[in-house]
Amino acid sequence: MFTRILAPVDLAHKDKLGRALNCAADLARHYGIPLAYVGVTAAAPSSVAHNPAEYEARLAEFAAAQGAAHGVTTEAHARISHDPISDLEQTLLRAIDEIGADLVVMASHVPGLADRIWPSNGGRIAEHAKVSVMIVRPAES
Amino acid sequence: MTDQSANQGIPEPEGITSVIETDYSIGDNNIEGSLGRVPFDIHNPVFAISAAAIVAFVFYTIALPEQAASVFSAMFAFTTQNFDWFLIGSADLVVLFTLLLIVTPYGSVRLGGSEAKPDYTYVGWFAMLFAAGMGIGLMFYGVSEPLTHFSTSLGGTAAEGGLRTDWAPLGAAGGNEAEAVRLGMAATIFHWGLHPWAIYATVALALALFTYNKGLPLTIRSAFYPIFGEKIWGWRGHTIDIIAVFATLFGLATSLGFGATQANAGLNELFNVPIGDTTKVVLITLITAVALISVVRGLDGGVKVLSEINMGLAGLLALFTLIVGPTVFLITFFFDSLVAYVQYLPALANPFAREDVNFSQGWTAFYWAWWISWSPFVGMFIARVSRGRTVREFIVCVLLIPSMVCVMWMSIFGGTAIHQVLTDNFTGAQDAELPRQLFQMLGQLPLAQITSFIGIVLVIVFFVTSSDSGSLVIDTITAGGKVDAPMPQRVFWCIFEGAVAIALLIGGGLAALQSMVISTGLLFTVVLLAMCYCIWKGLASERAKM
Repeated sequence: MFTRILAPVDLAHKDKLGRALNCAADLARHYGIPLAYVGVTAAAPSSVAHNPAEYEARLAEFAAAQGAAHGVTTEAHARISHDPISDLEQTLLRAIDEIGADLVVMASHVPGLADRIWPSNGGRIAEHAKVSVMIVRPAES
Repeated sequence: MTDQSANQGIPEPEGITSVIETDYSIGDNNIEGSLGRVPFDIHNPVFAISAAAIVAFVFYTIALPEQAASVFSAMFAFTTQNFDWFLIGSADLVVLFTLLLIVTPYGSVRLGGSEAKPDYTYVGWFAMLFAAGMGIGLMFYGVSEPLTHFSTSLGGTAAEGGLRTDWAPLGAAGGNEAEAVRLGMAATIFHWGLHPWAIYATVALALALFTYNKGLPLTIRSAFYPIFGEKIWGWRGHTIDIIAVFATLFGLATSLGFGATQANAGLNELFNVPIGDTTKVVLITLITAVALISVVRGLDGGVKVLSEINMGLAGLLALFTLIVGPTVFLITFFFDSLVAYVQYLPALANPFAREDVNFSQGWTAFYWAWWISWSPFVGMFIARVSRGRTVREFIVCVLLIPSMVCVMWMSIFGGTAIHQVLTDNFTGAQDAELPRQLFQMLGQLPLAQITSFIGIVLVIVFFVTSSDSGSLVIDTITAGGKVDAPMPQRVFWCIFEGAVAIALLIGGGLAALQSMVISTGLLFTVVLLAMCYCIWKGLASERAKM
């Protein structure tokens, strides 16, 4: 059904993404397809890495660890953006095309009133991506 | 190629650099959380103290306007009158330092690593650094300053009790029209040429070097690592960053407030829009709203696009004025002015024993303090967009090209205005108040309604580009150097800036606070000189690795 899954990852907050990441890994294992992690960062130092080279290394480490933990083939694709907060959507959409993914699995919050004025990243990707997008909401508490 | 024993943990960015190994990580001092659905990620204590100090100063100025005005104008007078030699001398040193870097082997160090590619094309890069650094001033002072220095020079010197009382530069040129023109232009170009851009270039270079090559957070404090070492993560660094935020926000807010006044005058001149607080508040709100959209769209989608539009329009206006104005005169005027600048530069740049006290303190020292107090903001913004350039390329493009552009601009606009006075006996521009002078000058040329309208649009958009880039800079500093802090934070700073401008405009106190901000220029001069030293050390360690 699918040939490659793309999972956007925010390495600074990866502990909050557990549900979406597990979901992506499960699907990759089910279909026997590779799972591509995409991380977007600025060139300036961030809390994750001091420079793009280090960021790529961290993302690769992360992908390898996830691959080993879930038993799936993983890839790491780091993307450098001039302004990650505002360019996230375009960067991800471009990455989907470049990587050739046909399913995107990403986390998003439960929609609220604010989303009517300011749609979430997940919502916007789902709206504009040409491929299937699965939005994983947090578990009901 | 890499020396693994020196770099234990942090890989080099792109090619060889001398990364600084430090245990400090961006975000170590940050508090992350969310207010309801609104996320935040702020540096503790820089964010809180900056915001609180700003609010406190605004309240003080509005609550006790006379006292604030006298305290701040005393600070300002103290700065420009007692330390004019320090300001002028330091700016000279900085110019020499940047010129030196072009020719030394340090010029071949690349920001971001030897393999790094420039983040932006020349056009986009240049548009952004120009619009952030200087745009607004050129619109008004482009016509008024040449006229002012020309007429004071023509008026000759006047003295009382051995002290000069006139405002002419250097020895003036009493009665000699041709020489007064040359001296007037030289003085103008002096204030808008090599010196301000060398100041911006130095701060920008320091920040870009320590961020992109050495991996330190993108904040002002990082440039001080060679002096303070690990102590910059503590109160020394906090103080440097807080003062930078303070100066940037008040510099922007007061500019915005005055800008609204100037735009109001322009709109009144053109369209009879009433002059008053309501119009100004509407203008500030409009400017803030557009800046907000730009800030949300980000660097590429917002700031860069607006800067390019601005440069395009400004270029169009300059070209139009050149063509329909006295073209032949202006072309020779450009070269004459450039020669006059070079000829008078040593005397204008002389820090000591100046007889032209009013000029050197009231104009030059005032300008230098003003540029220097803006330099953390402009420098940091230029640093942010300059990755991938070599030091040599960087200085040529941040120092020499903008200086040349300013000379051309001053020659075209100032030259046309002076020509109108000399040849057509038109004194309308000279006699008008500052914000109206540009429009008076354009009024004498064809298509005045269109050009003046473009002029107003340019003024407004230049304010927007200062506001949006300033908000991004303040956001980054108060987030501890993170350029990816949550969106609501930059929205906060953008709106806060507009709110402060409105509060000061209505409550009174724009002039008072502007004096105060300019006085911080004195403090920053020390910072500037320290940065020269730090750049030298930083580049030396880069070269050692190459």
